[in-house]
Amino acid sequence: MTWLSDDAVAHLRAVAELPDFSHTRYRLQRELARGGMGVVYEGEDTELRRRVAIKVLASELASEDAIERMRAEARMIAKLEHPGIVPLHDVGLLADGRLWYAMKLVRGRRLDELNVGTVDLLRVFLRICEAAAFAHANGIVHCDLKPENVMLGDFGEVLVMDWGVARETGARDARIAGTRGFMAPEQERGDIVDASADIFALGAMLRAILPSDLPRALDAICSKAAAPAKSDRYPSARDLADDVSRWLDGQPVSAYRENIAERARRWLTRNRALVTIVLAYLVMRIIVILWVHH
Amino acid sequence: MFPTTRRSVIDALASEDAEQRRRAFDTFVALYWKPLYKYLRVARGRDVADAEDLTQSFLAKCFESGSLSAYDAAKASFRTFLRLLFDRFVANEVKALQRLKRGGGSVQLDFVDAEAEIGREHDRGGTPEDYFQREWTRSVFSLAVARLREDADATRFAIFEAYDLDDESRASYRETGERFGLSETNVTNALAAMRRRFRAIVLDVLREATASEAEYRAEVRSLLGVDA
Repeated sequence: MTWLSDDAVAHLRAVAELPDFSHTRYRLQRELARGGMGVVYEGEDTELRRRVAIKVLASELASEDAIERMRAEARMIAKLEHPGIVPLHDVGLLADGRLWYAMKLVRGRRLDELNVGTVDLLRVFLRICEAAAFAHANGIVHCDLKPENVMLGDFGEVLVMDWGVARETGARDARIAGTRGFMAPEQERGDIVDASADIFALGAMLRAILPSDLPRALDAICSKAAAPAKSDRYPSARDLADDVSRWLDGQPVSAYRENIAERARRWLTRNRALVTIVLAYLVMRIIVILWVHH
Repeated sequence: MFPTTRRSVIDALASEDAEQRRRAFDTFVALYWKPLYKYLRVARGRDVADAEDLTQSFLAKCFESGSLSAYDAAKASFRTFLRLLFDRFVANEVKALQRLKRGGGSVQLDFVDAEAEIGREHDRGGTPEDYFQREWTRSVFSLAVARLREDADATRFAIFEAYDLDDESRASYRETGERFGLSETNVTNALAAMRRRFRAIVLDVLREATASEAEYRAEVRSLLGVDA
């Protein structure tokens, strides 16, 4: 047998794992990430001359079952044409039987790497809720919503990524897939899941991205979204988004019942300009009265 | 796709059919004898004569006594099981060598070749387990290259050998093409085909070298995937 040097072994490892795209219009450039299902590469679409991200099924998973699952994932993403969901361009099968699909290459940062204030984070969160609501309206549950699966582009794009474990609403799936801490209890148990599981994940995500010392109303929104019992959660991602919007606008939120002091404080905060003008007027008035009497 | 043409050597070693058992043992020896021998020499610091005797007698014992049938896929990978079995065997080396002197060993192995390889190896870092894993990987790839050489078109294999196996050659596609009288495109096509075939053979070898679906996946991941 031919003796292979350490360098030759390392090189063979690399070329044997590298998917062969020579019969397609794509050229691989570099590896971007590895996940449970496969490897994501940065590549080039030589026809359209644009950069793309190409996900290739992992070698050890190339069973009929896994191929079918990844094909279903591709079809699911293709069905979800929304500015908040990463668009899919192409899908195919390599000569060695591995399935791949090409999608938009998102340049930017992951949500968990973002370092901005609460208000900006909430605006991003609203966009995530919109994407989730769109998927739910199309009968699809993401099942793995978490900050690491949200990309923020350099030009303000907010994209929900990694639909690898998504499933149709109400579909039974023996796999318990998702991320602990973001998975709803019913999902963790392997029960049939619906949009409510994503609402739980959105609540857990909101708590994860915001600072720990939250205002009570915002804290209540997180708790309501990530309530252990489905019946206690928001009925839809849109309802959750509405409550967050109300908080941003200084209005009362459905998740929290304020006492009089809090209501007054919120009213004062919301009407700060008016209060300032009235106070200034009163002070001036008092000064004038005092001056006249003097 | 999962390779379906090859069956697990580990299963075949327990076959009722003597010919099937013999063929499985040949593959088993081709895959493991060098990693075992080099493991003793480099990782365990045994001298040449000891390592030769122990490797040969261990392999002979595996075939004669059926000790490999004790493998339980639920407990460890076959590679780990074999290394531990070998360690235990070596610990009882006095008895083993006595058996060999009574005429127990019959496997023909090229130890001179293995010694020459040890002389050319650079990476000896890590634990004895790491070393064994590295040598096993080398053995799997070497067997795959040997099978590819038998299977493939001679020119295509020569291109693959020159471009992917030869450390000294840093030739470009164009230079490789000139050497073989082919266009650059033909060179890249030949390389793509050879690499594809090589990969399929490696998967075949791993299928043979493992006993369960889970072990097969773990070894593919270890050889070609995330642990690389």
